[in-house]
Amino acid sequence: MNGAGPVLSGIAALVYALILAPIVVVFTLAFSADNFILFPPSGYSLRWFQALAGNAPLLSALGLSVQVASVVTLCSLLVGVPAALALAKGEFRGKDALTGFFLAPLLLPTLITGLALLLFFTPLRLTATLPGLVLGHMTVTVPFVIRMMATALANLPHDIEAAAATLGATPWRVVRRVTLPLAAPGLIACACLSFLLSFDETVISLFIAGPRASTLPVEMVRYVEGRTDPLIAALSVVLIIATLIVVVAVERLVGVARAVGR
Amino acid sequence: MSATRRLRLLLVPAGLFVLAIYAWPTLLLLRNAFNEVGPTGALVAAWSLKTAADTFADGFTFELTWNSIWLSLVATAIALALAYPLSLFLFRTTSRWRGVLAVIAILPMLISGVVRVFGWLAILGDRGLVNGLLQWLGLISAPLKLVFNWTGVTIGLAESIMPYMILALLAGFGQLDRTLEEASRSLGASPFRTFLRVTLPLSLPAIVLAAGLGFVLSMSAYITPKLLGGGRVFVLATEIFEQATTNTNWPAAAVLALYTLVLLLVLLAFSNLLARRLRR
Repeated sequence: MNGAGPVLSGIAALVYALILAPIVVVFTLAFSADNFILFPPSGYSLRWFQALAGNAPLLSALGLSVQVASVVTLCSLLVGVPAALALAKGEFRGKDALTGFFLAPLLLPTLITGLALLLFFTPLRLTATLPGLVLGHMTVTVPFVIRMMATALANLPHDIEAAAATLGATPWRVVRRVTLPLAAPGLIACACLSFLLSFDETVISLFIAGPRASTLPVEMVRYVEGRTDPLIAALSVVLIIATLIVVVAVERLVGVARAVGR
Repeated sequence: MSATRRLRLLLVPAGLFVLAIYAWPTLLLLRNAFNEVGPTGALVAAWSLKTAADTFADGFTFELTWNSIWLSLVATAIALALAYPLSLFLFRTTSRWRGVLAVIAILPMLISGVVRVFGWLAILGDRGLVNGLLQWLGLISAPLKLVFNWTGVTIGLAESIMPYMILALLAGFGQLDRTLEEASRSLGASPFRTFLRVTLPLSLPAIVLAAGLGFVLSMSAYITPKLLGGGRVFVLATEIFEQATTNTNWPAAAVLALYTLVLLLVLLAFSNLLARRLRR
């Protein structure tokens, strides 16, 4: 008994249609010539892309999101990778408990984390600020980086590092010249995913972003709450294509790097 | 200083971060549940159970609980009914496109929730795809109300939790022993009978875990009920946000958040226990 069979394949095709439907509809709607959401559109144009290019609040929110996501990615790697290295290479008591502690933020829904951060940040005047948003997003990205990099580092071939150490390299030199270069593809993929996680983070941002500093997802939520026209569809197309480029680039980069490593 | 000692120093930045930006705020949330709000709406620091008592004396809290649980049950059931055959297909297919198909199945995870909600507005709205099609076919004269109500929220929620459930199901199917299915077929059972008597019972632990995950994600989802509900759908998640931001009633928000968390923990414990029982 090999393969999936015609009945199962048929059902799967239907489910795929359902999964892809919202995406296909958004792509069609982005090129609509209508003033409101009408499907199928009565005509096609690029007017909503032009409207997007002239929409100051969305563009400034996009700028802030890119800024926040860049800082978040850098800080998460600086905080997370050393911890991942210690967890992957170290042998000490309480390692499992410590791993659990580091990954704990992934257990609570962001709805609860967002509320806790609002209560914490308000007296410190960190709400609606760049540092506040960065710290808030890092509650998601730091555990993510630790989990991903601890696995990646633990799976690296042990013998090369051992050889370097035998040949007299100091532990720090082994990490810098052997471990990190070997882990480079994983690091790049991890950085890209952290960027995407921060860029798409909505619920925590909704709690701690004020009208003065709103990220792109927050501004999009506000827009959709207020009116329904195809502008958000045009923006979505831009975002989906950008995401896909990042994903494919990572895949290529990691794939090529791995091929060279072999 | 020994190498292990030095290695342990690498844990310090991450440890401090989790303590300061996660553990401490979570304790603050717990502390806030015991505060009160005065008659003027001002926050009063206290150690009392007044906010909790007020919250649970309010019939609205139980309406919200019921709404959240019912919505999550229906969304999880729909998502499971769709995710199960898809996961089984992905598990069994020998197509060389399997990798691409798996990525497409979890694609919604990689796309912003707001974008997907917008897609559903275009599909289910008054002038959307479904209503347009039904009117063109002459099946209805006035558009059906499919969004800004429970129907829209349920559909949107089911779609948003599906990728996570597919991943959970695929992980669970890894333990499925294909030789048992082959034995059943070679002993003369029809494919359908084999599915019903062998495949389904064997994958029951995976189903329970995936359903538990879907339920937890539905209970804590905010964006979908908020945007597809159009302000007419009230669940625990929307009320927590409302109390925290619009009403700035932090003690009430904290009580509701902790209450939701307890509900989720009870459910998770139950589904894990059930999955372990079934695996034996």
